[in-house]
Amino acid sequence: MKSAPAEANSASPRLEVRRLGMTFGSVQVLRDINVTVAPGEIHAVCGENGAGKSTLMKILSGIHRPTTGEVFFEGKPAHYHSVSDAEAAGIMMIHQEFTLASSLTVQQNFFLGRELLTGPFFRDREMDAKTRDALALVGCSVTPNRRIIDLSVSECQLVEIAKMLARNASVLILDEPTAVLTRREVRLLLQRIRELSDRGVSILYVSHKLDEILAIAHRVTILRDGRLVLTENVTALSEARIVRHMVGREIDELFRPKEKVADSDQPALEVEKFRVEKFIDDASFSLQRGEILGFAGLIGSGRTELWEGILGLRPGHGTIRRNGRTMRFKNYTDALFKGHVAYLSEDRKGKGILLDFKLRPNATLAALRRICGFVLSAKKEEAAWQAMIKTYDIHAASFDVPARLLSGGNQQKLALGKLLATNPEVVVLDEPTRGIDTGAKQQIYALIHQLAEAGKAVVVISSELPEIIGLCHRVAVLANKRIAAIAEGPDINEETIMRHATGVARETAGLAA
Amino acid sequence: MADTEKIPPPPEATIAAPKVAEATVPSAEISPGRGRQIGGFLLRLGPVWALVALAILGTVLNEDFLSPANVSNVLTRSAIVGLVAIGATFVLSAGMIDLSVGSLAALIAGAMILSMNEFSSSISSFPLLLTVGVAIALGLGALGGALNGLIITRGKVDSFIVTLGTMGIFRSVITYVQDGGAATLKSGLREQMRPLYYGSFLGISAPVWTLIVLTLVAIVVMHKTRLGRYALAIGSNREVARYSGIKTDRVSLLVFILQGLCVGLATIIYVPRLGAASITTGAGWELEAITAVVVGGTALRGGHACVSGTVAGIVMLSLVGNILNLTSNLSNLLNGAIQGAIIIAAVLLQRRTRT
Repeated sequence: MKSAPAEANSASPRLEVRRLGMTFGSVQVLRDINVTVAPGEIHAVCGENGAGKSTLMKILSGIHRPTTGEVFFEGKPAHYHSVSDAEAAGIMMIHQEFTLASSLTVQQNFFLGRELLTGPFFRDREMDAKTRDALALVGCSVTPNRRIIDLSVSECQLVEIAKMLARNASVLILDEPTAVLTRREVRLLLQRIRELSDRGVSILYVSHKLDEILAIAHRVTILRDGRLVLTENVTALSEARIVRHMVGREIDELFRPKEKVADSDQPALEVEKFRVEKFIDDASFSLQRGEILGFAGLIGSGRTELWEGILGLRPGHGTIRRNGRTMRFKNYTDALFKGHVAYLSEDRKGKGILLDFKLRPNATLAALRRICGFVLSAKKEEAAWQAMIKTYDIHAASFDVPARLLSGGNQQKLALGKLLATNPEVVVLDEPTRGIDTGAKQQIYALIHQLAEAGKAVVVISSELPEIIGLCHRVAVLANKRIAAIAEGPDINEETIMRHATGVARETAGLAA
Repeated sequence: MADTEKIPPPPEATIAAPKVAEATVPSAEISPGRGRQIGGFLLRLGPVWALVALAILGTVLNEDFLSPANVSNVLTRSAIVGLVAIGATFVLSAGMIDLSVGSLAALIAGAMILSMNEFSSSISSFPLLLTVGVAIALGLGALGGALNGLIITRGKVDSFIVTLGTMGIFRSVITYVQDGGAATLKSGLREQMRPLYYGSFLGISAPVWTLIVLTLVAIVVMHKTRLGRYALAIGSNREVARYSGIKTDRVSLLVFILQGLCVGLATIIYVPRLGAASITTGAGWELEAITAVVVGGTALRGGHACVSGTVAGIVMLSLVGNILNLTSNLSNLLNGAIQGAIIIAAVLLQRRTRT
């Protein structure tokens, strides 16, 4: 399946980084980095958050200029002063957050700022055709006149890549391109990336997902604390070896063995015949204290929407019972403080934390009424915050900074800590480890186990099946606007879950829905 | 409530963090952060420096500028719109805007005058009559604010649009009631009400005292109560606030009621000044208030507020007018142009220091 590694040391690398160093103020972020990328090579870059991956990519894509050392592109020194310089040369970066204008169409986005004109008028037909060609290159069937806002996340990802290709990218930098994709979409995307590489496009692939890296990369560079630890052909690497080099030590088992949850006649939460306009027609399930219940399904299957409906974050209808008592959550405040159900959003930056607020007011925001009463007390807030730093092991160079300066993992711990400070009995975690590094992931898994052990009922919504499989006692699989199956015991495996998620299992189902 | 100990137990040693990598903040932002802090510090002092500069300029142009009479005059004149601007600080810091304050002031002034005239025949005790007037002013203020807030939160309409609408409605209703003319307090009443504006205590006029007290209250509410924190959180990101269990609609409504009450209070002080209200009462207050708030360092997009900056802003604006009055070099007809330049300069300065 995997094509042979490109000749890494061929005569003329497309991109070469020599003795590159970078300091911000007094902090050395990168030191003595040497990397070459051959034409058509897929070169993976991994490392934990803060290892310097993003800074290196930002230098290559023209956002930052290196303090020392040089970058050579096709053998010539490359002194880029801006992103457009780098793009003109053919080096393009696709960021985790998309840069598409959501109210414009695909075609308008493709040609934004470089429209084809006859006099003052657009040559729409020609631009449509070119857009279609570029989309075909990445196997995306979206029509050029669709608006970005109507596309799924994975379609946006492909559109973004196609846009770069249409601009003659010869080096494509992908930053966590699969963070928001489902397994099947990931497979498709990786296939497209292989095809691009076959056509001679060099790819720098930044990801936390080691299985993808092993599946797709020719060579892997590992960074730790701003230094290059290792560059190696992928054939000589294993997942364990990469992790060891990233972390600098052996990583413990991520998941604990599952203990049986005691069945009780009174579940912590029961949901019956729940309906959420456009997303869910019928969902019924129950949740025990001490249980970790997974919610799997393809993107767009309504996992998030179902829970937002239940928790009063969007309109929903159905019966909800907490400890046997029927409840209605008019809004999320009711769910959180009357129902004691907390929800961690999948959208950390848009819904999880206030990026412009300092850490402490972020940390106390949800539980403020429990911490202080109406009049605030800096002392009580500080005590709660200090406890949170310890409990959730939050790290920052300084604690007196806006939350946007934290790494992804620490932001996630802050968001979690904020919610758990309300002392909920049911905890719903939506993509709890999206876009965070292995170390933080491990901590969050441990925390989830602890919550369950402490008698909380935990829900984990996730696109990462290994996570669902490793953590959950039972797994509800959503498909076709309903719960297609609730898998238990040996049925919690990738194949069974995917069969239900894709709807294949509907006819031949051996599982009770 | 010391509930903090109920937070789930700390992760055990087995899952201690890999300290190396996590400890470093994505370092790209470290050094600009430091620059931003200094910038932010200067920014916070910005309105004060501008005030000092204006005072020096004023003294150079006219030696009477710093005389107690002139200073008192300037401050007293700023106080009325200053009260409105303090309410606007809450609205803007919650990421919304209220354009209807000037019209609401006209409505309240008219209603207060007409009803006090009406009741003066049946209520002979002036304190009681004044209480009725004050109640009407504050009640109408709260009601007007609540109307704005309810349409915005229930109807999910942008505050700009809603208050643009009520701005027309409030003024037009009172214009109709007053039949297009002015409403004037009966002369006896007018005399009795005069101290509300012209009275003074310890050499400081009543309006300035009111402004001082309201400023202190506002600082406490903004920075020491949940309401203030929630308003700022909503201004910073409404969705995050909602997903943190904050009743964003209720907080928004309260913020608009607060703004309405401030307008009511300002009008109570305004009415005895002239003893009358015309159809142009309060015209332009909304812009003056917003200017003061923004010049004072509150972010127009919300999430950050500086109450004392707002007061500095409003004093600065009336200083400009005063300086123009005191000099013959520049016509005071250019007042609007200079105020306009000040707000643009303030926003440019904020942008430079924030990003």
